[in-house]
Amino acid sequence: MIRIKFQQSLDELKERLLVMAGLVEQAIQRATEAYSSRDQHLCELVLLSEPAINRMEREIDGLALDLLAMEQPMAVDLRFILSVIRINADLERVGDQAVNIAGRVQDLGTQANVDLPVDIPRLAMLAGAMVRKALQAFIEGDADMAESVLKLDDQVDEMNRDAFRSLGSLIKEKPELAPQALNALIISRNLERVGDHATNIAEDVIFWVRGADVRHNSQD
Amino acid sequence: MSQLPVRSANFERYLTTRRSVTNGLVTFLAVGATVLVLIPLGAILFYLLYKGFSSLNLAFFTHVPAPVGEEGGGMANAIIGSGVILALASAMGIPFGIGAGVYLAEYGAGSKLAEAVRFTADVLNGVPSIVMGIAAYSLIVAHQHHFSGFAGSVALAIMMVPTVTRTTEEMLATVPSNVREAALGLGIPKWRTVISVSLRTASPGIITGCMLAFARVAGETAPLLFTALGNQFFGVNLNQPMAALPLQIYTYAISPYDEWHRLAWAGALVLIVMIMVSVTLVRIFASRGALKGGN
Amino acid sequence: MGVDIKVESLNAWYGQTHTLKDVTLQIPANHATALIGPSGCGKSTFVRCLNRMHETNPIARAEGTVMMGDVDIYKDASPVEIRRRIGMVFQRPNPFPTMSIYDNVASGLKLNGFNKRRVLDEVVERSLKQAALWEEVKDDLKKKSGASLSGGQQQRLCIARALAVDPEVLLMDEPASALDPVSTAKIEDLIFKLKSQYTIVIVTHNMQQAARVAENTGFFLMGKLVEFAPTTKIFTNPSDKRTEDYITGRFG
Repeated sequence: MIRIKFQQSLDELKERLLVMAGLVEQAIQRATEAYSSRDQHLCELVLLSEPAINRMEREIDGLALDLLAMEQPMAVDLRFILSVIRINADLERVGDQAVNIAGRVQDLGTQANVDLPVDIPRLAMLAGAMVRKALQAFIEGDADMAESVLKLDDQVDEMNRDAFRSLGSLIKEKPELAPQALNALIISRNLERVGDHATNIAEDVIFWVRGADVRHNSQD
Repeated sequence: MSQLPVRSANFERYLTTRRSVTNGLVTFLAVGATVLVLIPLGAILFYLLYKGFSSLNLAFFTHVPAPVGEEGGGMANAIIGSGVILALASAMGIPFGIGAGVYLAEYGAGSKLAEAVRFTADVLNGVPSIVMGIAAYSLIVAHQHHFSGFAGSVALAIMMVPTVTRTTEEMLATVPSNVREAALGLGIPKWRTVISVSLRTASPGIITGCMLAFARVAGETAPLLFTALGNQFFGVNLNQPMAALPLQIYTYAISPYDEWHRLAWAGALVLIVMIMVSVTLVRIFASRGALKGGN
Repeated sequence: MGVDIKVESLNAWYGQTHTLKDVTLQIPANHATALIGPSGCGKSTFVRCLNRMHETNPIARAEGTVMMGDVDIYKDASPVEIRRRIGMVFQRPNPFPTMSIYDNVASGLKLNGFNKRRVLDEVVERSLKQAALWEEVKDDLKKKSGASLSGGQQQRLCIARALAVDPEVLLMDEPASALDPVSTAKIEDLIFKLKSQYTIVIVTHNMQQAARVAENTGFFLMGKLVEFAPTTKIFTNPSDKRTEDYITGRFG
């Protein structure tokens, strides 16, 4: 193998990104789990994980910058590093969304538990599945798998729109339930954002593997 | 990773001393060999000066030999004659030799003809000078039915060719090929490249080769024996027998007259000085031209 | 002004070795085109076929068509004529060692019989300015020999010498490989400026250099032209896997 040092650096970059992805996935899972069980301890854990995620983002960006400067990467290597930098940013923001959700759940913890006409766990599961699939596509360098992630985003968007409608009506009909409904609305919005970030990650994988920039296109 | 063996300080000192001693010894041998080689040269010069200087006077350079028994006289005819014969020989031999050298280096590389030319040159180099004289005799003197300075020049010219050819070829080979390529790449035709680039770059070495050839034939006597023959009188007619210093020295040296012996010593001294002077002059002009670098 | 070069089915041999196999490509006028590839891939041979230097080697042979504009360089002109219209700069600077700076630059004209002093003076100055060497040598034109300059200066001298005969195409065979980074940068800047007047072909094994100076790049491998495309495409998303393997350093 030629360019041993470079190959090892690329592998390290990928590994670090995946470790960070693991932390982020865990945060999302815990946050949505906390919503279902109203477990405040889980919310704490999510909030505590944020510094580690941010630190990893900085490290990964730093390593990527060094590789760009020192190794003169070309073609697929260059695209790989660029997509790692972008995925890095998207993952960090997914982490932020997890923290936001945990914050909402903490707020809900102070309110009465009511039944809401919105299936947050299912939305969370979909969004989480999108992230997982996008990351799997990254691990395997599978552009087709990444494309299938793009299609799932429509579902998530629609579920979010429905949540807005039904929760909006609920607030009008039963204003006393407004605090819970609003929190649920925000959580739904956060999860929809997670879906968007997963889409970005998938687009970055396609860019890396195929060299095609498919961002901001409407899917068919 | 294995470590280099650690040597003790004593061993280091021993090695260093051994190196210095070997160095000194070899230097001494080299210098000694040089001195050894220079001694005969110095001895010859010194002896010639000793024997011949006293006989040098203006008359030596301006008068022709006096009749036997008379005092005075000189070798003016021989000096001029040598000059004329050598000039013509150079004019014939050097261009021919350079041309052959150019062919060998630039045009004929690897061809059978080139092999033949090289072989011929080497053989010619080894031919005894008297055989050259005989060859010139049969080629020219026998046909013309008279001796001539011209025939002498031809003999000497042929003797110059191998040295000039081989030197030219070797010096041209030292011209880096990328310099030639640069010229060709500019759209300069090959013949012009050879003349203005290759020959010009190699000229210091080629000039040395020509001087070597000149110095060698300047002192040759045997080839002139049956060709130029020698002449008691002053003359520059190449179609007639002509005097030459080596011939004259030889004639005088084997004669029974003391007076002529003294002239012979003087002549030998003058001959060596002439060769040394012309070689030095060529060196000076050649290096001057090289520094300026332009025409 | 530059001229474009169309190569069709060019094959070349050194003795029995088939060094160029059926190469076809178009080099656009007034652009810089880079040719990259591992050692022995034929890129230098290709370039030497363009100015017919290939045939100076007695065992070398070439077949195919090379059109410079509408001139078939093998059929319509002699090698000497072609080399006056297609200039070459070599890997190792090769100024004529016995000539002064002035004579070096003027050699292409002088050695072809052109001797008008005033015109030569102008040409020498113009060429040295084009090669960004004028300021450094203008006081020593006739005093210093070409070989007394530094490596980078010598190479710019060779460029000036090539430009003095006013070619339409300039071939550069790894022009900066023997030079330090600063000299290399100067030469690259030179290429950038010269592009508008000449067609430039540069052979390089330094891919970053190709990326910096050329609009189009051709990748050669084992005598064949594998890919020819805009430089940005070659270096961000090449079509052929062999190209990608080479430029990412997977081999070569």
